[in-house]
Amino acid sequence: MKSRQRTKRKPLDLALAAVTYIAAGLTVAILLLLIGYVVIQGVPNLKLSMFSPRYTSENVSAFPAIVTTVELTLLSLIIAVPLGVCTAIYLTEYARRGNRVVGLIRITAETLSGIPSIVYGLFGMLFFVTALGWGFSLIAGALTLAIMILPLIMRTTEEALLSVPDSYREGSFGLGAGRLRTVFRIVLPAAVPGILSGVILAIGRIVGETAALIYTAGTAAEMPTLTGSARTLAVHMYTLSSEGLHTGEAYATAVILLVLVVGINALAAFSAKKLTRA
Amino acid sequence: MIKFDIQNLKLYYGDYQALKGIDLAIEEREITAFIGPSGCGKSTLLKSLNRMNDLVEGCRVVGKVLLDGEDIYGALDVTELRRRVGMVFQKPNPFPMSVYDNIAFGPRTHGITQKHKLDEIVETTLKNAAIWDELKDRLKKSAIALSGGQQQRLCIARALAVQPEVLLMDEPTSALDPISTGKIEELILDLKRRYSIVIVTHNMQQATRISDKTAFFLLGEVVEFDETENLFSAPRDKRTEDYITGRFG
Ligand SMILES: Nc1ncnc2c1ncn2[C@@H]1O[C@H](COP(=O)(O)OP(=O)(O)OP(=O)(O)O)[C@@H](O)[C@H]1O
Ligand SMILES: [Mg+2]
Repeated sequence: MKSRQRTKRKPLDLALAAVTYIAAGLTVAILLLLIGYVVIQGVPNLKLSMFSPRYTSENVSAFPAIVTTVELTLLSLIIAVPLGVCTAIYLTEYARRGNRVVGLIRITAETLSGIPSIVYGLFGMLFFVTALGWGFSLIAGALTLAIMILPLIMRTTEEALLSVPDSYREGSFGLGAGRLRTVFRIVLPAAVPGILSGVILAIGRIVGETAALIYTAGTAAEMPTLTGSARTLAVHMYTLSSEGLHTGEAYATAVILLVLVVGINALAAFSAKKLTRA
Repeated sequence: MIKFDIQNLKLYYGDYQALKGIDLAIEEREITAFIGPSGCGKSTLLKSLNRMNDLVEGCRVVGKVLLDGEDIYGALDVTELRRRVGMVFQKPNPFPMSVYDNIAFGPRTHGITQKHKLDEIVETTLKNAAIWDELKDRLKKSAIALSGGQQQRLCIARALAVQPEVLLMDEPTSALDPISTGKIEELILDLKRRYSIVIVTHNMQQATRISDKTAFFLLGEVVEFDETENLFSAPRDKRTEDYITGRFG
């Protein structure tokens, strides 16, 4: 049966196969084109002076922006991940089915994840920057982005927890373990890969964010302090290209951003592997 | 000695009554088999013996289950109950961790943390479950990589590691091949010397091969409960006879 199917392919099969090949090829081609373009435009503009520790209008150093990007990413994750993961644990492991609060939290999260980032930026500006009087600051930006990625972390964690088979829970309860032990020793470790893929998505959103940050962390090109204004690489790129004086450096910055994103993703994938094997 | 004394046990899932007044005495160091058509409440009764039904929302229990004379739905602590009454499930469900950690999970839950004690427990339980030779070089390997039969024997060992008095098994071989099934039946017969065992099975031959007593269930009731030999050779109830001769179910 099998061999006959393989030798005598129907025309529809062939057409469908061709479509998938073409789609895959096209996707790869577009990606390569994009990356190639950025690299070709950017690499010749990379200068050692772009990595000097201080930004001046002559060297247009991206170094402070690199540090800001890393710090802002870590800060936002440190705030959002524990909160999002704990909320998801409550929703899937503790709350009773059909609980009103659960429904409310889910709908809120779903709604929040569809809101454009500029809205988060405006909220952050009105609340953290103005009402709390923090001014443009790294912490205002980090909190704003934490709120922005919270629904994403929550929903991916929830899905990861739900995909852990109930038989693990039964096995644990059956040995006399309580809910706390079952959740933290059995269910959560099994869900780590799923949670990490959510975190990687969140990192992507943070690193690529501009609108929400311009209104909360501002655009200062200085080395970041918690309470001072600072710009991430994406914002740096945006300002460079909108000022129009340093288009070449903007491309160079894009290359740096690309390398950084690849690096962070590799790190996340590596830690996922490490964590699941343990 | 009676291990479990079940008195007029009624169990409801919401409005649906799954058990309609069960009276049953389960003897110590014997193998008791539950047989009956699908949906007649065998698993439900089994789960109510170590209160796994607590996890089911809307589940309500009326009546008494006495373990060594003590009501398990009364003052007895659930953690302690589940330590004394272990459970093996239909589908092997080893945790996604090493063989060693699987076995050590129960003892750690009940407060044993010293490495040398855990080492000893892992070795003796794996020996008791007759898979020490197969697994002694793979203790640090993931339990998920084992074959289905090995996984199920690991799960039996995992249940034994907390030194229970009773083992509840819900169709423990239904997902396994005949050779693995044979090994597990052999193991169950061996464990009988130290544990009281209750096993749900859809396999009549299995019930006759290993059990001392058999209870036949129908629609949430125990129709007949007797020595396995008697029940299969000379059933008293017409419905039992119909079932074991394959006329329905
Ligand atoms: N969690 C639950 N909620 C509601 N009803 C349930 C639940 N679990 C079981 N039931 C119902 O209770 C009855 C008995 O189920 P049970 O699982 O005990 O049957 P069983 O004898 O083990 O069947 P099988 O041989 O198919 O495993 C069935 O009608 C079933 O639909
Ligand atoms: Mg069942």
